[in-house]
Amino acid sequence: MRRVSWLVPTVYILFLMLPIYWLVTMSFKTTNEILGSFTLFPQSFTLENYRVIFTDPTWYMGYVNSLIYVTINTVLSVCVALPAAYAFSRYRFLGDKHLFFWLLTNRMAPAAVFALPFFQLYSAVGIFDTHLAVALAHTLFNIPLAVWILEGFMSGVPKQLDETAYIDGYSFPSFFVKIFIPTIAAGIGVAAFFCFMFSWVELLLAKTLTAVAAKPIAATMTKTASSSGYELGLLAAAGTLTIIPGAIVIYFVRNYIAKGFALGRV
Amino acid sequence: MNKTVNQKAWFLVLPVLVLVAFNAIVPLITVVNYSVQETFGNNVFFWSGITWFEDVLRSPRFHASLGRQLTFTFTILAIEVPLGVLIALAMPRKGIWVSVCLVLMAMPLLIPWNVVGAMWNIFALPEIGLLGKTLNAMGFDYNYTRQPGDAWFTLILMDVWHWTSLVVLLAYAGLVSIPDAYYQAAKIDGASSWAIFRYIQLPKMKRVLTIAILLRFMDSFNIYTEPSVLTGGGPGNSTTLLSIDLVKIALGQFDLGPAAAMSLIYFLVILLLSWIFYTVMTRDEANQ
Repeated sequence: MRRVSWLVPTVYILFLMLPIYWLVTMSFKTTNEILGSFTLFPQSFTLENYRVIFTDPTWYMGYVNSLIYVTINTVLSVCVALPAAYAFSRYRFLGDKHLFFWLLTNRMAPAAVFALPFFQLYSAVGIFDTHLAVALAHTLFNIPLAVWILEGFMSGVPKQLDETAYIDGYSFPSFFVKIFIPTIAAGIGVAAFFCFMFSWVELLLAKTLTAVAAKPIAATMTKTASSSGYELGLLAAAGTLTIIPGAIVIYFVRNYIAKGFALGRV
Repeated sequence: MNKTVNQKAWFLVLPVLVLVAFNAIVPLITVVNYSVQETFGNNVFFWSGITWFEDVLRSPRFHASLGRQLTFTFTILAIEVPLGVLIALAMPRKGIWVSVCLVLMAMPLLIPWNVVGAMWNIFALPEIGLLGKTLNAMGFDYNYTRQPGDAWFTLILMDVWHWTSLVVLLAYAGLVSIPDAYYQAAKIDGASSWAIFRYIQLPKMKRVLTIAILLRFMDSFNIYTEPSVLTGGGPGNSTTLLSIDLVKIALGQFDLGPAAAMSLIYFLVILLLSWIFYTVMTRDEANQ
């Protein structure tokens, strides 16, 4: 049993890598090669697809737009979730359990249900087609998740820490910023990772709430797929590039991901 | 932890409350508003009571997509949760390979959903895709764009590919938090590896598995982008899950009344099922 146990993760990882490999090799092929023949490696290796993306603003601005709203969303979600998670982990107050469950229900809301009302609401307040609109819309499911994760981390920190700090003469804000936030830095990292992840991968709301100025890369891709025929190589190159920011983020938080959830609680 | 009663804690929760309320309550009111009115265009609305709800609840189309949705959700839960636990058990506990495994396994989670759909769409094409070509070369008559069975197979495989890692990460987090002393005690008692799993590892993973099952349940019930890119709900209506159907009605046909009524029913189904899951899975803890 011990001997073969490495086999299970290996086979699983191979299974995970196969479609990604197919996407990446395709991005180095010409459209003719993709449609004309079945090849495991690019026969006529080309960087043309990447050149198009990096020189055409409609393409590369998609990445910039996505990164902008994902960043706004992550910062916003974590900043407002921090004090709330502290309140949930330390205090009992009127309606706390109901509030916590109500927050979680928003995590369950299907994006398809909210797409149209969001469009009308954000058009009415005049932020349609801005990065802020997408960032705000994504807080609907990211704030509950951030509160949930942070509350788990904070409950793992003994209350004596707070009490000692207050006796030492710290006010609440200075204790929170100088002592408490560094203590739960790992938790903040995990929460930020999940906010980044769910905002980066979401398409339906991002697409509905933008037209031109803040259009995400994912929407650019769907449009290209339908308007200019089937430019598979270009599409594959764009897809490959969307994997990179995620891969970088995972690399930085790799040591925290596993720990993060062990402390999280329902 | 014993918490102190402090009503001022409301001030700490206030920013979250304001933001989420703006995002959740206003759109929800909009949906409720549409669900009880009839319109003939030009922004003129008439009260129509609960007729839309009756229509939706009686329509065979809604029953069919709800049925497909439930089939999909329970199939992927039945595959992903045991598979995820199995992989987490087989993973190395320390050393350089832990990081390598975690980073590689987390990859699918961070790929935008439409890219996941597009990637599988190409990967499974019978003529030019690796999976489709291989399956056909092995003698299977595989074409997911024509045959409903193949479309379902591809859809499930894609979801397993996409989300099993989340279960693995969570289960692994639960496993590494078990102190070594537990295993030593089990060894002294001569416990079999099944007994170790059943009485030590599984109870310790219970909390994280609850999170995993709840998250997978909610997200698979809300799934829209991946199947809509992969199959577009087809062939025919064979893979039209609830949210695909909803978007077709709301944004495609612009039937706001039925779409709103269906949204609310949809949301209530998720709430109800999540509540049942949550209660069943945390009941034992409450008893202790």
